[in-house]
Amino acid sequence: MLFRQAGILHTNYAQDRALFPIPADRWMIGGLLLLAATAPLYLNSLYLSSYLLPWLVWTAAALGLNLILGWAGQFHLGYAAVMGIGAYAAVHAQRAGVPWEIAIVLAGLTAAVIGSVFAFAALRVKGLYLALSTLALQFVMDWTISHVPAISGGTQATLQAPDIRLLGQAVTSDAGLYYVALVWCVLVTTFMLNLRRTALGRALVAVREKDYAAAVIGVNSFYFKLVAFATSSFIAGVSGAVLIGTFYHAVTPEQFSVDVSIQALAMVIVGGLGSIIGSYFGAGFILLMPGAMNSFISWLTGLFGFSLGIETLAHLPHALYGALIIGFLLLEPLGLGKIYGNVRDYLLVWPFGYVKK
Amino acid sequence: MDILLLLESALNGALVGLMYSLVAMGIVLIYKSSSVPNLAQGAMVMLAGYVILAFANQLHLPIWAAIPLGIVTMFVIGIGIERVALRRLAGRPIIMILMMTLGIEIFLRAGSMTIWGGTSRPLPIGISDSPLFLGPLLINRAYAVGAGVAVVMFVLLVLFFRTRIGVVLRAISDDYTAAWSVGISVERGVALSWAISAVVATIAAVLWGSVQGVDQSLALLLLKGVTVAVLGGLDSIGGALLAGILLGIVEGTASVVLDPLLGGASRELVDAAMLILTIMLRPHGLFGRHDIERV
Repeated sequence: MLFRQAGILHTNYAQDRALFPIPADRWMIGGLLLLAATAPLYLNSLYLSSYLLPWLVWTAAALGLNLILGWAGQFHLGYAAVMGIGAYAAVHAQRAGVPWEIAIVLAGLTAAVIGSVFAFAALRVKGLYLALSTLALQFVMDWTISHVPAISGGTQATLQAPDIRLLGQAVTSDAGLYYVALVWCVLVTTFMLNLRRTALGRALVAVREKDYAAAVIGVNSFYFKLVAFATSSFIAGVSGAVLIGTFYHAVTPEQFSVDVSIQALAMVIVGGLGSIIGSYFGAGFILLMPGAMNSFISWLTGLFGFSLGIETLAHLPHALYGALIIGFLLLEPLGLGKIYGNVRDYLLVWPFGYVKK
Repeated sequence: MDILLLLESALNGALVGLMYSLVAMGIVLIYKSSSVPNLAQGAMVMLAGYVILAFANQLHLPIWAAIPLGIVTMFVIGIGIERVALRRLAGRPIIMILMMTLGIEIFLRAGSMTIWGGTSRPLPIGISDSPLFLGPLLINRAYAVGAGVAVVMFVLLVLFFRTRIGVVLRAISDDYTAAWSVGISVERGVALSWAISAVVATIAAVLWGSVQGVDQSLALLLLKGVTVAVLGGLDSIGGALLAGILLGIVEGTASVVLDPLLGGASRELVDAAMLILTIMLRPHGLFGRHDIERV
């Protein structure tokens, strides 16, 4: 098959440690990047701006959550709140006249500083208690955002986001916004791919496996938890800002409620803990599933000639989404990324399956 | 600040808090037996409310018949959830288990709204609206009944833990490996604790449904239940009762003091603050067992 491992001999360490040691992978990545870069040419603007763009931004956000959940092993139920902090920080900075390039960095830094508060919870407690305290912090953030008029612009308010300006040029076309999202997603992906082979990444994995054991071999587990929370909060903050700038164009507290946190968690779980390609699958799956399910249901009702109440139609995709989380945890706990990995492993040696143990 | 108003809200708060502890008791029961933090307890309360309404309204049964039928149905559903979803996850990382209970939460909440619709509907159980006076203090009659039932449930649970099956459950919660090695069926015990906790959820659904109607907001009792359970100690039923009273009093008085200052809706803030403070200062709660972690 395409993925042939046989005959690929690495003669130096640099080749062996390359991000994609197998040429087929490199070709695939190159092809996908080419497809992504030329997407505005062959996709109409509806698909581009309402499917592809949110998928890319949410993938970046899911990768940030995967850093804390899949790599560092710390539960985070308040991820949407951190994204919201970034979004609000960017919008306020822009409205104060700060250029967008600086505003999103400010958004990331603000989110990183406030998000590190979550890390101090992680210093004290872990596991279940960490999950509950991050959940409580999400509620506190929600409350603060919606009840402090200086942040939200008054209760029940929608804050209009100014247009993105890159180097003084307003970016308003669908293709332009899409490229902003694409660049951010590729940046985060590159960072996460490289994280695997750095000391930081290995330390995080050590902390995930057992923080006491990591401490025994000289890994300062609190320091790395703090770094993990700060880094993932930075990614979350910028992703939130990019999401507002390119997709929503206005910011309200409901965009970052606790349900959104659970949705982000579902992306990571369905995609696969610690899997980068899985974050792409998970984000796409969770984002596209409700729409696909709705059209599937309406197709079914048309086929069998029965009709469902409007409330049933509204809640059914949500119920299926819960069922999907349950199903994935029962049947494939490592998610879509693991399924992809299985297929790839099979194809690597196909048709000589017996060479595997 | 009017001292009588403060006292009145503290008293009513304590009664509401006892009703919170009904939700918390369900969480504690499951956590005690299997160390699973059940984030679906709020959704179970909501589902129980809808099930009782289905018996009462769709089958036109009187409410006193619908409630026992609801209890039996929820007992079976509780066993079913444990058998289908959680038994296979035993021994998995806590992330998986938490995510599973969250998935069950979403599934039960959205599922019951898919079947029965999301509009709020009343669940009258025949508590009169007429006020109840304790000296100069006005007490909400529904809260008083709810608090009474919560205390009765607590006593029943304490008595239950003295029966033979209760002793088995206590053995499992103490050390499930040891329980296993002396021939106790741990799986069956855990399933039973899910069933009992579903029954407690049904009782909570009746009381809360009569207070605020049956709709999605019943699932939001989860935050209160979790706060009370953690404050009392996740493996202490008595702790849940006392922590419920404590949280109720704090919430009641704080909402009187803080609502004018913060522009309303301070209850959620107080809950979240109590939860964070408990976890930061005393993670094992007031009466919980202090866990020792081994490498």
